[in-house]
Amino acid sequence: MTTNSPVRAVVAGHGTFAAGIISAVDQITGLGAQFVAVSNTGLAPGSIEELVRTALADSGATVVFTDLPAGSCTMAVRRMAKLAPGITLVTGVTLPTLLAFALGADPEEAVARGRESLMIIEAPRGA
Amino acid sequence: MALDLFRIDDRLIHGQVVVGWGQPCGLGFLVLVDDAVVGSEWEQELYRMGVPPEMDLFFDSVDSAARRIAEYRADRRPGLLLTGDIATMAALVARVPDIHTVTVGGIHHQQGRVARLRYVFLTPDEEAQLRALASRGVTVQAQDVPTGAPIPLADVLVGDGTN
Repeated sequence: MTTNSPVRAVVAGHGTFAAGIISAVDQITGLGAQFVAVSNTGLAPGSIEELVRTALADSGATVVFTDLPAGSCTMAVRRMAKLAPGITLVTGVTLPTLLAFALGADPEEAVARGRESLMIIEAPRGA
Repeated sequence: MALDLFRIDDRLIHGQVVVGWGQPCGLGFLVLVDDAVVGSEWEQELYRMGVPPEMDLFFDSVDSAARRIAEYRADRRPGLLLTGDIATMAALVARVPDIHTVTVGGIHHQQGRVARLRYVFLTPDEEAQLRALASRGVTVQAQDVPTGAPIPLADVLVGDGTN
């Protein structure tokens, strides 16, 4: 994993989602070190909030990506954002979104890239 | 009776509830019973944003939930009632005697709690509260997602957090 890249965002989600999607970013771009992973496994809401808060404070990042709009990580970050309005929360993150961010896009551009990448690709007829 | 899921979950509304239970069970409404949330517009908005538009979300105190339970039960849609802790569910059961089954969906790690299941951590006092609930004739079980089998309270209380 590339280590000379500053942390730009926290990725938080269920199970090993965050570690998994960060490892995919790293495999593709070598830029996985831009992210810190947080898992909600086994944690009460207050503990999730504390983990994300610590990850943001330690890294200096202000962007958080979460996996699910209704997820406990999203809820925790929304609570934090109420008290610390400088946090940008992006939920429903996908690999194309995170790749775009890793490659320099701002959160808005990254979300647009993620949306563009979500599609149904039909198999060729008669194949 | 459409409202037949009574869940204790310290995360209240989150992925397991909205997606894990909501979609396979076709939940049409959720009832969140929490005295703090019912007094906070901001908290209610937070949870409302986590619920899909086709699912209704009602907020109640223990008192108002006990008053409105017949109304919720008359709703033909499948529904789930949630509390964030055992004490709130126990208070509701005391007011609504025909709650037959209570499911612990998630009580997560905090100081003083011992791991019983992957998703259930309990203090000795919380264990006593669950036993007291069972002693009222309520079936107390643990189940995080619909695809898992319900685990009886007796098995939960001897667990070591590995299941």
